[in-house]
Amino acid sequence: MPASIFLNVAVSGLLTGLVYGLMALGLSVIFGVVRVVNFAHGEMMTIAMYIAVALFSAYRLDPLLMLVPIAAVLFALGYVMQAGLSNPFINRPEHSQFMLLVAVAMIMVNALLVIFGPDARGVQTAYAYDSFQLGPLIVDATKVYAAVAAAVVAAGLFAFFRYSLTGKAIRACADNYQGALVVGLDVRRLYALTFGLGAACVGAAGAMLVLLLDVTPALGPSYTLLAFVIVITGGLGSMPGALLGGMLIGVTEALAGLLFTPSAKSMFAFGLLVLVLLFRPQGILGKSAS
Amino acid sequence: MAGAPRANPGTSMAALLEIAGISKRFSGLKAVQNVSFEVPEGAIVGLIGPNGAGKTTCFNLIAGVYRPEAGEIRLAGRRIDGWRPDQICRAGLGRTFQLVKPFAGLTVLENVVVGALKQCRSVRAAEAIAAQVVEQLGLKSKCHEPAGSLTLPDRKRLEVARALATAPRILLLDEVMAGLRPTETDRMVGLFKDLNARLGLTILLIEHVMRAVMALSRQVVVLHHGQVIATGPPGEVTRDPAVLECYLGEDAL
Amino acid sequence: MRAPWLDGAPSREIILLCLLLAALILFPALANDYLITVLILIFYFAYVGQAWNLMMGFAGQLSLGHALYVGLGAYAAAALYVHFGISPWLGLWASVAVAATTGALIGFLAFRFGVAGVYFAILTIAFAEFARLAFDHWSWVGGSAGFFLPVANYAKNDLINLRGSPTMFYYVLLAMTVGAFLLCHALLRSRAGYYWLAIRESPEAAQALGINLFRYRMSVVVLSAAMTSLGGVVFAFYYNNLFPEQVFHISRSIELILAPIIGGIGTLFGPIIGAFLLTALAEGLDAIMRAVGLDVPGMKQIFYGVCLLVVVLFLPDGVWPPLAKLLRLDGRRAQGQPGY
Repeated sequence: MPASIFLNVAVSGLLTGLVYGLMALGLSVIFGVVRVVNFAHGEMMTIAMYIAVALFSAYRLDPLLMLVPIAAVLFALGYVMQAGLSNPFINRPEHSQFMLLVAVAMIMVNALLVIFGPDARGVQTAYAYDSFQLGPLIVDATKVYAAVAAAVVAAGLFAFFRYSLTGKAIRACADNYQGALVVGLDVRRLYALTFGLGAACVGAAGAMLVLLLDVTPALGPSYTLLAFVIVITGGLGSMPGALLGGMLIGVTEALAGLLFTPSAKSMFAFGLLVLVLLFRPQGILGKSAS
Repeated sequence: MAGAPRANPGTSMAALLEIAGISKRFSGLKAVQNVSFEVPEGAIVGLIGPNGAGKTTCFNLIAGVYRPEAGEIRLAGRRIDGWRPDQICRAGLGRTFQLVKPFAGLTVLENVVVGALKQCRSVRAAEAIAAQVVEQLGLKSKCHEPAGSLTLPDRKRLEVARALATAPRILLLDEVMAGLRPTETDRMVGLFKDLNARLGLTILLIEHVMRAVMALSRQVVVLHHGQVIATGPPGEVTRDPAVLECYLGEDAL
Repeated sequence: MRAPWLDGAPSREIILLCLLLAALILFPALANDYLITVLILIFYFAYVGQAWNLMMGFAGQLSLGHALYVGLGAYAAAALYVHFGISPWLGLWASVAVAATTGALIGFLAFRFGVAGVYFAILTIAFAEFARLAFDHWSWVGGSAGFFLPVANYAKNDLINLRGSPTMFYYVLLAMTVGAFLLCHALLRSRAGYYWLAIRESPEAAQALGINLFRYRMSVVVLSAAMTSLGGVVFAFYYNNLFPEQVFHISRSIELILAPIIGGIGTLFGPIIGAFLLTALAEGLDAIMRAVGLDVPGMKQIFYGVCLLVVVLFLPDGVWPPLAKLLRLDGRRAQGQPGY
């Protein structure tokens, strides 16, 4: 196979991977700070995708333009979930919190099924078939726009955590829970805020992803798993790790789909997950587990 | 050389537990440095020292929770450093935890049965032994309560009962008298003295309650900043100026 | 944890159980086919729930990929039957062997490498997903197009080849459920049972009492896997078709843990009560919805999700412990105790 095909597929995977990375970033933020394993992550993204589809089919509104409102809706959802469900039960055993979100995920997926039905829905923008050409490289315009949007949102999130007061407060909570309490931080509110932020990430990722593929309710669980694979591979609690993991998975998925059968590409993701869990559970960029 | 064990006058008994030059570091902090001492068979030895001296770390090293970076630990002549905690228990070492770890969802009796199962294959036999041990520790009236509902002193007694039920040759007790009333302390002291005299149970105990240390120990080892600063009979050690200095400010004496 | 009532003289609890069992044995003679199939479902979920409960409720290891063992058991026995005509009673040994080996592999990887808690759960999910995708591409067992068992004659009951009416499957699954219950009861009172509970409550304390964590964790994983695979065998011969997308799917794994969680993790009756409650309520919901004209796919799952949510939030020990206390079937034992 000519090298240019590999290159195209790899780049395409890389761009898609950035969007995956943004989705995983949300999970990483949530787990890194609130220490909640958000089993409803992919389902939340699916909700965002459906919102984008609904807005597009009703008002012809481009998902990328609707990024902020969709992210805001998901932020509210995430905030309410943490404040209403997880916060009151913060002292329960680990698997209890996990099962809580499993239940929420079940409800979400099936509610979507009931409301929208099982058929795939998509968004067909004006530039859906455009592409950019750079020498041997031909990339879909949608992928480029989505990837750029993802990079911008991720950068915004990094900046928030690094420079804003609230962002620093959240990082303090993550680093030292007791210390944060001692200094008088309202940890529960910050937790809810963080979950909201993670949800907003996933909402934004959903708005971008709907440009790249069609949505069905069943997408939710698949993307929850994918988010976990990415976050664990890249490093739980490491934000750059989530992005890096996303791009890595995006590229390997794309190449595996090219070299083997397309449906086998997920097997590589899981194989990678098992290897990482065994040999480097902190992931590529994560800190060593305490 | 600091920390070298002094031979116990008049004892020809072999040491059941020999610690020779063990060290352990945590992220650069030397918790235990070149610690050596012996616990003769059938003796009761106290391990004392101010908070943070490294006493519980020593216990964890002996019991196999951590692996010493240097030195040797021998139980009845066999090297046990590097062994897993369950292997060391099966070799005859029982221990309690400073932060008690009851099996909260099981009853008091069931907790002790778990311990007794180390020496019996059948649950029935283990239950019989457990019932005896529970009575010895004065927990009979609570034996069907869930362990999670016990008061702290009772939980400490449960820790001891559980470890005793494994029929150890040597028992490591980590601050089991903390929080007990003087009468309860005396009762525990009486129990350990009895077990030591009747069954020859060897005991190594970490204690802040000096009343118990003085009453029980034939020999005391003093740790400070991870090193042994004195070894000897309790009367001598408590008059040692180096020991008094490290305790100044602590109201342990 | 011990059941004093099984120690000797018949008591209220034993009499009740015997009556219940008698009722269940007589049931098919009185009920219609639909009700029999409902109970078949209940017994199936009670059985696999009990098997899962061994790992979670007894030894504290959370598996979210248990459908893996159902699927492996199903495919192994089905393949031997379809390709070689081997009776499922022989084929099930292959099922058990395959499932046990896989469980041992997962357990070994997890426990040797210190993968615990939520990471362990994710590992189990990964293995189930891997199997789903792998079987999708394995043409010897039909691949994604599905694997079909030949259906001869519904009227005739062939127990040897597990071909027959729902009534036959009813009794097979009833026997399995009762067997699983008795097995778990015996295990709880055994040395292994005590050790598993100890590991669940405090692994460090367990180690300090001479318990080999690795060995006992491995044994519960392998046993649970083997038990579950038998459920898979019956699954294959009852439905007569297997699709990797369905059999290994994560929603199957979640489905089969609903009954024990709702009923009560770590209790003996939990999975059974949970299975009864869930299935009965779900069928009731279905009936109501059909009557109202709202037959929409997904409503049942929403209902399951809500049940799970309610139980996790408000009844963390499940439905059975408070129910038992209410019915005074807990023999003066304190609430929240395992094993009953």
